[in-house]
Amino acid sequence: MNYSCTRYELKCNECGKRYGNQPLSGCPDCLAPLEIVYDLEAARGVFTREAIAAGPANIWRYAALLPIPDGFQPDLPVGFTPLVKATNLGKRIGATNLFVKNDAVCFPTLSFKDRVVSVALANAQRFGFETVGASSTGNLANSVAAQAARLGLKASILVPADLEPAKILNTQVYGARLIRIDGNYDHVNRLCTLIADEYNWGIVNVNLRPYYAEGSKTVGYEIAEQLGWRLPDNVVVPMAGGSLIRKIRKAFQELIYLGLVEDKAVRFFGAQATGCSPISTAVKQGTDYIEPQRPNTIARSLAIGNPADGPAAAKMIRDSGGWAEDVSDVEIVSGMQELAETEGIFTETAGGVTTAVTARLYAHGRISPDELTVTCITGNGLKTTDALTGYYREERAVRPRLADFDAYLRELDGTAEPELVAAGGK
Amino acid sequence: MAIKVTLPTAFTRHTDGRKQFDSVAANLPALIADIDQTFPALGTQIKDDDGKLRRFINIYVNDEDIRFLGGETYSFQDGDEVMLIPSIAGGCF
Repeated sequence: MNYSCTRYELKCNECGKRYGNQPLSGCPDCLAPLEIVYDLEAARGVFTREAIAAGPANIWRYAALLPIPDGFQPDLPVGFTPLVKATNLGKRIGATNLFVKNDAVCFPTLSFKDRVVSVALANAQRFGFETVGASSTGNLANSVAAQAARLGLKASILVPADLEPAKILNTQVYGARLIRIDGNYDHVNRLCTLIADEYNWGIVNVNLRPYYAEGSKTVGYEIAEQLGWRLPDNVVVPMAGGSLIRKIRKAFQELIYLGLVEDKAVRFFGAQATGCSPISTAVKQGTDYIEPQRPNTIARSLAIGNPADGPAAAKMIRDSGGWAEDVSDVEIVSGMQELAETEGIFTETAGGVTTAVTARLYAHGRISPDELTVTCITGNGLKTTDALTGYYREERAVRPRLADFDAYLRELDGTAEPELVAAGGK
Repeated sequence: MAIKVTLPTAFTRHTDGRKQFDSVAANLPALIADIDQTFPALGTQIKDDDGKLRRFINIYVNDEDIRFLGGETYSFQDGDEVMLIPSIAGGCF
């Protein structure tokens, strides 16, 4: 169950040993995570601004630097989500050069997970898996279920039992087998590790993980291209396992190496919920290890208490001159509301985390107002509407008469708006 | 007093294919010493150059991360099921 490819292969981050291409996530010798490395010299002349511009308006325009098997015909138009100038949000939080990378509208399942799953499943097919799976807090489950259906693969997906109802429904509707586990995500993930050991399944974030994780690079490629082939000064990224933030940096470094953008020291900022903040705690305390936590936050999609990419993410953030922050559940909801009210983007709780942390980074002076800053929104608010339960009153129905309408408006205007807790900045 | 230790398949090349074994170790350091004695090649694999357990290995006791139980200071109880699992970077959001 392996294939040869000259463009890329697995390599151990620690001992440097190479393993070709196979469903394997840890080095058999030193147990460290494996990562995909590319023949970047071979990509020179192929991975160019012109070639990319001539490609489709989705992540496959970057296929030359993705671990996609030769002959794979991309099917779904995944990614290439909007990068929008956040002028209104900027006014609220004191930023004059802020952009939002909006993966709340990623295709096909409205989260950035569509990027990683499409790359993972291309390899699952190449390796010959008939069943694919994932341990997930929801978005990954949705994406694996949808894309497996499209590819005709069977999907078995494990989630914590207390997942948001919308995320459960959004998995089951695609015909996937959804297995609710009586435990938190860390329990689910550990079980999936054991399953990958025993079953001949392609579990996207376990034995296909090195391939899967590479899909995250496309966020970085898109940011650079959409900024007119230049890098931002700062990037703010939500952190669960700690993978995305590292892969955005990897994308930037590849672009610099291949001459698509000018060299620039980008600072990386990580965002977590205080109820599950092992990586931001490590950044703040300057430690090179992660103290695991028992998650307790409404941002369930970020609730990984023992993130294995955490030590590397924390180190990378500090080395870049960046920082990490974490915010309370109240601030998370305020962040969701602020982004919706200012930019018309309805994000899930994870996006509330990112928005509130972004606000705090400006408030604390860690990011200067005029620096070119991109904040990454990774999921859609329609999947976590329960987080807003009780925040909006159900108003009485008005009779369909103008006089009643006028009276109603006067009634409303006489009512004070409920006071919102400002996101971040405390 | 005995505990039951379960290993991932990746380790069984050092244990003649055995995935489980019993140990009378009283705590984690004693278990590592026991592994050194019984499966020397495995003992080498799971430790780094400084002789410490590699940071990519997680230890679970009855489904709980041993770090929540006190880590090396935790005293194994009779019948504890101890698992060694390589930490898979776990992204999910």
